[in-house]
Amino acid sequence: MEKDKEELRIGVFVCHCGFNIGGVIDIPAVVKYAKTLPNVVCAEESLYTCSSAGLNIIKECIRKHSLNRIIVASCTPATHEPLFRNTCEEAGVNKYLFEMVNIREHSSWVHMHHPKEATEKAKDLIRMAVAKASLLEPQTEPELEINPSALVIGGGIAGMSAAMSLARQGFSVHMVEKETELGGMLRHLHKLQPTGRDASEVLREAVTAIKANKKINLHTSTLVKEVDGFIGNFDVTLQKNNSKETEQINVGTIIVATGAEAFKPAGMYGYGENRNIVTQLELERLLKDGELKKPEKVVMIQCVGAREKTGRTYCSRICCLVALNNALFLKRLYPDVEVSIIFRDLQTYGEYEDFYREAREGFINFFRYDEDKPPKVVSKHDGKLTVTVYDAYLGAEIEIESDLVVLSTPLVQHEDGRKLSPVLKVPLGTDGFFFEAHPKLRPVDFTSEGIYVCGTAHGPKDVPESIAQAYAAASRAAIPMALRKIKAGAIKATVDKDVCVNCDACVVSCIFNAIDAEPFGLPSIIEANCKGCGVCAAECPMAAMQLVQFTDQQIIVAIEALFKPKKLVTSSGSFEPIVLCFACQWCSYGAADLAGVSRIQYPPNVRILRVPCSGRVDVLHVLKAFQNGADGVIVTGCHIGDCHYIDGNLKAKDRIDVLKKSLKALGIDPERLEIGFASSSEGQRFAEMMTNFVEKIRKLGPNPLRVKGGGD
Amino acid sequence: MGNAVLVVGGGIAGMQASLDLADRGLTVYLVEKSPSIGGRMAQLDKTFPTMDCSICILAPKMIECFRHPNIKLFTCSEVKEVTGSAGNFHIKILKNPRFVDADKCTGCGTCTEKCPVKVASEFDMGMGTRKAIYMPFPQAVPRIALIDKDNCLYFRKGICRLCEKFCPANAINFDQKPEEKILDVSSIILSTGLDLYDPVSISEYGYKRYKNVLLSLEFERLINASGPTRGEILRPSDKEHPHRIVFIQCVGSRTSQRGFPYCSSVCCMYATKEAILVREHNPECEVYILYMDLRVFGKRFQEFVSRAKDEWAVKYVNGRPSAIIEDSETKDLLIRFQNVMDGKMEGLRAGLVVLCPALVPREDNKVLAKVLGLELNAYDFFRTEDPLLTSVKTSVPGVFVCGYCQGPKDISESVTQASAAAAGAAEVAVSAFTRGIAGGKR
Repeated sequence: MEKDKEELRIGVFVCHCGFNIGGVIDIPAVVKYAKTLPNVVCAEESLYTCSSAGLNIIKECIRKHSLNRIIVASCTPATHEPLFRNTCEEAGVNKYLFEMVNIREHSSWVHMHHPKEATEKAKDLIRMAVAKASLLEPQTEPELEINPSALVIGGGIAGMSAAMSLARQGFSVHMVEKETELGGMLRHLHKLQPTGRDASEVLREAVTAIKANKKINLHTSTLVKEVDGFIGNFDVTLQKNNSKETEQINVGTIIVATGAEAFKPAGMYGYGENRNIVTQLELERLLKDGELKKPEKVVMIQCVGAREKTGRTYCSRICCLVALNNALFLKRLYPDVEVSIIFRDLQTYGEYEDFYREAREGFINFFRYDEDKPPKVVSKHDGKLTVTVYDAYLGAEIEIESDLVVLSTPLVQHEDGRKLSPVLKVPLGTDGFFFEAHPKLRPVDFTSEGIYVCGTAHGPKDVPESIAQAYAAASRAAIPMALRKIKAGAIKATVDKDVCVNCDACVVSCIFNAIDAEPFGLPSIIEANCKGCGVCAAECPMAAMQLVQFTDQQIIVAIEALFKPKKLVTSSGSFEPIVLCFACQWCSYGAADLAGVSRIQYPPNVRILRVPCSGRVDVLHVLKAFQNGADGVIVTGCHIGDCHYIDGNLKAKDRIDVLKKSLKALGIDPERLEIGFASSSEGQRFAEMMTNFVEKIRKLGPNPLRVKGGGD
Repeated sequence: MGNAVLVVGGGIAGMQASLDLADRGLTVYLVEKSPSIGGRMAQLDKTFPTMDCSICILAPKMIECFRHPNIKLFTCSEVKEVTGSAGNFHIKILKNPRFVDADKCTGCGTCTEKCPVKVASEFDMGMGTRKAIYMPFPQAVPRIALIDKDNCLYFRKGICRLCEKFCPANAINFDQKPEEKILDVSSIILSTGLDLYDPVSISEYGYKRYKNVLLSLEFERLINASGPTRGEILRPSDKEHPHRIVFIQCVGSRTSQRGFPYCSSVCCMYATKEAILVREHNPECEVYILYMDLRVFGKRFQEFVSRAKDEWAVKYVNGRPSAIIEDSETKDLLIRFQNVMDGKMEGLRAGLVVLCPALVPREDNKVLAKVLGLELNAYDFFRTEDPLLTSVKTSVPGVFVCGYCQGPKDISESVTQASAAAAGAAEVAVSAFTRGIAGGKR
């Protein structure tokens, strides 16, 4: 790549985002400050930089000032980076000459009560970005071939629907199901709402269609063992149950449709002690098999093991509907049966309200209980039961005699689903279900390209919703497969052959086999396999291996720029630590974003530097940070076992542990360096990590190198 | 053409369906009745449960729809006639005149500054004003002005013409006529969204009688940073900050009279969201939510409500008010209700009352249904052929629905259903292509 020999002309665009940033941060002051930074020839503010007006300002300024490096200070790159990059390209600036600064999720939203400090932080982050931008170079993106065939993991109604839609759209599908037969939960259900159709009938039709479709390759009694590769080119290892027999397939996209299981409330309400206490799923099984003994007084209890204060905090969406429909079915079957439903809040949303009305009109009894006064179930020695509940409406305790108690329990993630998370390197939320790229606007995507999710694997939902989500996943997966080619990222490893000493540390460290070398020969990068994690660059003792867009020089110049003007004390005279946080772009940066979106406040002493993987963080970067005056350095990444690059975070942990020992010798308290882990769904945890670390550093006092006047 | 799809309605559902289809190489005609795409989501401040700034996550999608080489945007346009069948529909749309030349207008806003006429703004739900020549909202796409013929002085009295005088691009064209366009598509996706039920007939709640009783979307415009009060909660009667705000759920929902029997699905959650926003903006203001059943069935909904209770001290009370009475001096509202959990009668004095009304499918769906030969269900949502197996297919093959116009749902479900409808449309396109209908070529 030809080095850009032109004079650097940097443009900085600062966004108000309405009130979101502008309400806390002094935008005009930030713009004024940006103009003073080296090589900045233009700095502008916008109400909404992402609007067409805002984008036009960027394009106009590029033209007017011949800008060749663009910085936008606004929200998280997770949503708008592609938009701004494309805008640069449209105006003739290579999209890799763009740097985004997060002053919303990482500043205005988390330091709402510290506007001065939030403003200072914004200036610091922009100064870092300007320094890094001056070393950015234009890149070209390689094209990726997309194999127009998909893998659907899970043969329940969601998996089958996704597979059928993809097949109808002309794509071939590998369908993998761990059981011997298709159907998932559908095999155990009785009647399906809202039309009351027989589940086994729906199942039969779906399975017939799957088996008849020539584009679908069915693998039953099979698990997904290993997945390698990337969008367009996933190498998947399948393994037959109870056998060592494996099969390799190659697909372009993957859809996760692994379903969920019903929670078994052992120890709650006497479940397990009396055969007349069953779950809704067990009741459906009994009804389906015609094995239910005619009950006389049925009591159903809602929210059993759901909507708890900790643990299973979520509402499982479908239990009220299931209970109502089972109750209505029992009433139709045995008109003189008494059915009571004990609930907290009845979740009959949308047109499902009709079922609630029907139940009320059908003489089903409803008793409302408060979360703090749950019902009690007592077994008598003849097997009959007494259910006692404090009914909120009556303001009195009611005793109901019953011969069948049905507990409505939530859907939960199951073990095989959970195991798939590290195999595919896709995250689970705090509720255990798969965590989508964006809950509002990308409900079936994962942040990892080419992998999608649908059905109850994503969260509790009923059959119509699972099917709709399955079609949605098929639509999303079809996009790259229909195009046959997409542009891949340009963020790859590079090697400087003049500096390399042929030690092969990079070859050994690359878990993706993306570096090829003869023993003690010069390494070469296999671009198709390179994921852009930068672990090799951190492992290389000579800094011969570098990662495009995250070179050592680019990272160091940003660190140096951050600390350059830092004074020891604040205006009020007390010591305010400055902490550098390296955040991996998958989990911990996402967690920081989530803390921002959730408005979880933490001290404004943290400056986040984004890296692709915690494994990219080099010893050199940490040392430079301390040398330049950082009071603390915290490296954050995905939880061990969840690393998007498999074990980058493990390598980071080992590196940091060793480095802590060396710090002591350099006169720096090893407590000033920490490594922490958070998943992208743990905003609270990220905020707590930052708060705790800043407090620890505050107690340790300023970096001794700072007091001495800083390093060089 | 065999590889084109018509999408009717440019809200989040319509945009998602359009983008999915356009991204994979199909041509999309996105027809929107109002002057800008964006729909209801553009009017929101934040979205539950993530508290994302709504326009922030929406605007990139709007711009993408505008710039996408495979999407042709028709705003101020309506579908007038449809003939043909799946794989081969012929559509006649009518482009209503903006009286501003779209090719010349730069969106500079000079015309709106100079215009002397002020009227109530539809986008701001009447809480703010706009001019007779205007842009619907700051992030409108396309960024082109339009003239409201009913209020423009030139059209009414033949005078003024200040906009024309000052427009630097010479873009004003009072003689612009409606234009007909013929489109050939293989399938149609309907995504016409929702309207708010007007609960004026529930007279005991005082809507339109008492100044400080607002509908939720009107309140949302007040609290929105780019709304008429720049996000300050200034109550209509005296522009003061209310000391207490009370939300009333299910106004016209879950009822057999003066409203609709179904549950609108999103109100418990958006009331929670608005309540948190109030507490964020004004920590001294107390917030009550009077509800029937707290509907927290979606992903992370229960956790959101728990946060509202525990961290923001939003007070949830199970009870329905029988009446709201205005204090004629202070214009405060006195609410009497039975707290169902303990059976006691209670009274609350509120500075502002927010009614969460039933959300309903739009009136013009009835016209569209006639044009397409479609059926509506008992509540005037587009009827789906099989609500169990294919909630996106209507009674007419090749015509799909998604979003609120199919039934109550939130943004995530609308986006999901939109992608599902796109899959349906793609299947029709592929099938038409393989059958060689309408010369379908890629």
